[in-house]
Amino acid sequence: MVLWCPDWSVTAALLERVDAMPDDAPPADVAAPAVVLANNKVVVCNAAARAEGVRRGHRRRDAQARCPEVVLLDANPDRDARWFEPVLAAVEAVRPGVAPLRPGLLAVPAPGRYFARRGSGGQDERIGGEEAAAAVLAEHLVEAGVWDSRFGAADDLYTAERAAREAPPQSCLSVPSGSSAEFLRGLPVTVLADDGPEGAELADLLRRLGLVLLADFARLGAGEVANRFGSYGTDVWRRVQGREVTRLASRTPPPELACEIAFEPPLDSAEAVTFSVRTTAERFVAGLADRQLVATSVRIEAEFEEGVSARTWLHPRCFTSRDLVDRVHWQLQAGMASSGLRSRKGTGETITSAVTLVRFLPDVVEPAGDHADGLWGGGAEEQVVRGVARVQAMVGYDAVRVPVLQGGRGAADRQALVPWGERPVGLRPVERPWPGRIPGPAPSRVFATPLEAEVVDEASVPVAVTARGLVTGEPWRIRLGRHWCPVASWAGPWPVDEGWWLAGSGAGSGRAARFQVVGVDGRAWLLCWRAPGSWEVEAAYD
Amino acid sequence: MSVRPLEIDDPRAVVDRLRGRIAALEGGPTRLLVPVLPALAGLVQLRTGGVYGVDSASLGMALAAGASQAGEWVGFAGWDDFGAEAAQQRGIVLGRTVLVPTPGEHWLEVTAALVDVLKVVVLRPPGGVDAKSASLLEARLRARSAVLVVQGEWPRCEARISAEQVTWDGIGHGRGRLRERRATLVASGGGRMPVRADVVL
Repeated sequence: MVLWCPDWSVTAALLERVDAMPDDAPPADVAAPAVVLANNKVVVCNAAARAEGVRRGHRRRDAQARCPEVVLLDANPDRDARWFEPVLAAVEAVRPGVAPLRPGLLAVPAPGRYFARRGSGGQDERIGGEEAAAAVLAEHLVEAGVWDSRFGAADDLYTAERAAREAPPQSCLSVPSGSSAEFLRGLPVTVLADDGPEGAELADLLRRLGLVLLADFARLGAGEVANRFGSYGTDVWRRVQGREVTRLASRTPPPELACEIAFEPPLDSAEAVTFSVRTTAERFVAGLADRQLVATSVRIEAEFEEGVSARTWLHPRCFTSRDLVDRVHWQLQAGMASSGLRSRKGTGETITSAVTLVRFLPDVVEPAGDHADGLWGGGAEEQVVRGVARVQAMVGYDAVRVPVLQGGRGAADRQALVPWGERPVGLRPVERPWPGRIPGPAPSRVFATPLEAEVVDEASVPVAVTARGLVTGEPWRIRLGRHWCPVASWAGPWPVDEGWWLAGSGAGSGRAARFQVVGVDGRAWLLCWRAPGSWEVEAAYD
Repeated sequence: MSVRPLEIDDPRAVVDRLRGRIAALEGGPTRLLVPVLPALAGLVQLRTGGVYGVDSASLGMALAAGASQAGEWVGFAGWDDFGAEAAQQRGIVLGRTVLVPTPGEHWLEVTAALVDVLKVVVLRPPGGVDAKSASLLEARLRARSAVLVVQGEWPRCEARISAEQVTWDGIGHGRGRLRERRATLVASGGGRMPVRADVVL
């Protein structure tokens, strides 16, 4: 029996959004039109979006044109898989032997399929059994927050998946034993498009050949199919002939890797908690190590009487128990109102009372072999990691950074400072052309907040840039802070027109032009003129 | 039997290496050479335990670049305007760079902790440094075999490198773009005659 959750990517993304929201936020509408985008193209849309005319393959603006209130979500296969895990667990709780096929699709052995019981009237009773089982599973899933689930039961996996896709919401379509091929032949060829690009291509080809139903395809000869439709076509053909049978391989439930420690009585200082979680952190790392795994992303939850503080921590290599203890310390320190340190990204919840429980949940685990030190040892590196952790203890987690490059036009856009011990995420790609960016050597000083400046021509009239990108006068003197400096040479303008749709809402929007200016003292500056007529120093070639 | 010819590229460097080895054998704090960029080779030699002064951000980066390219870890403290792209273009490996943009009042402790584990630390002190703190940090440098590059005031420097007569190529009045910076670098201090070199920075 196959369970199918339609448009799983959308469901997973919405579940994540709901999860990320604070508890007191208004409940999100799960039935709102939503689409998942990859490369600005719609990959998955939900039923509400489809009803508005949004289709797979539409560009972002087409989708928005058809349905302005559509929720746009980013594609993230990891997230889809992660959020499918609770569904697997919910099904597993009812019926062990679950086989996940891909996010949104799983198979379970159907009850009664292989040991059918003859009813009193000589009728098969197993059909009712499957529908009853589907109803029980659907009920469990609705409790877990998954509203749309469809079931299909058949002799083989492929047919069951097809049946699930034909089933109405929360009910089961059962294909009688031995009639899989018959069921498949009754379907239109367009259903093959669900199998991916290969399927879409074959469906299109068959449609253009005038074959409407899979039954028409089944009528072709074996040799013809093998010669003309490739291995995928042959697979499909064998299935509609009823010759191909895929059985499911079930998974063993994942071991419980999360570790937690409860405090009785609750602890109210970050130091006391940090001290007490040491053995739990060691147990957590050892539990992973027993299975030849290491964690590269761990979610730490600290429960206190009035709520939970949860944060996901990333590690560039892998977490040791010592790292985990440090993270607990930082998380509590940032969350506790009494601490003087401020957190860059709030943990979502301020800790208002004593901590009752700390829990470590592995978010991303990888094989330990990928992260093993070389035989010659990572001695120096280990030392650096420890030394820098000491600096972090002094000045705070966010005060120690690692510079990384990313794509962008302005000098400040082209770099990012990632907190030490975190993986850089969400960087813009460097390789793109980025038209409008300044050529030449990069400035050695890039100001986080640009400095105010003034540029005037020989007659002390402020220099500006016209809408066509022309300079109104020759830069003669520039003022940096209080000092005026004569200009020796200058280059530009490099016009940029970024974020014009944000015009008036603050920095980084509207028309602008960048200049390179060399002072008579040999110092060079990267200046930026912004639309109404203000100048700022973005960077210096010091 | 053939004798392998002796390769002497720079007699001074050989003498320095031998001195370092002697010091190591005697058990004293060794003053090992830290690699510098080829462009700066004739001008300054970084030695562990030393403090070197610079007068611009790009010189600070250039002094750290040699060690970074040789596989060492480097750090920048007090640089709230670190130009990552420029650092990379100068040869600093960003993956082995630690940056503490605003150490605040803890800047001396932070620098001392960085010196413990990094080869070259480039510091921009927020204000004046008293002689006592400076000598404490210098002792730490010698013990940990690290180099401190200071952009700003420091009581005693092994050498101070400054750029004179900076000119930019490739830029005119509304034409071209910044291409290359030429400068005459002057290294002074340590009781020696100032050394000058024309370099492309």
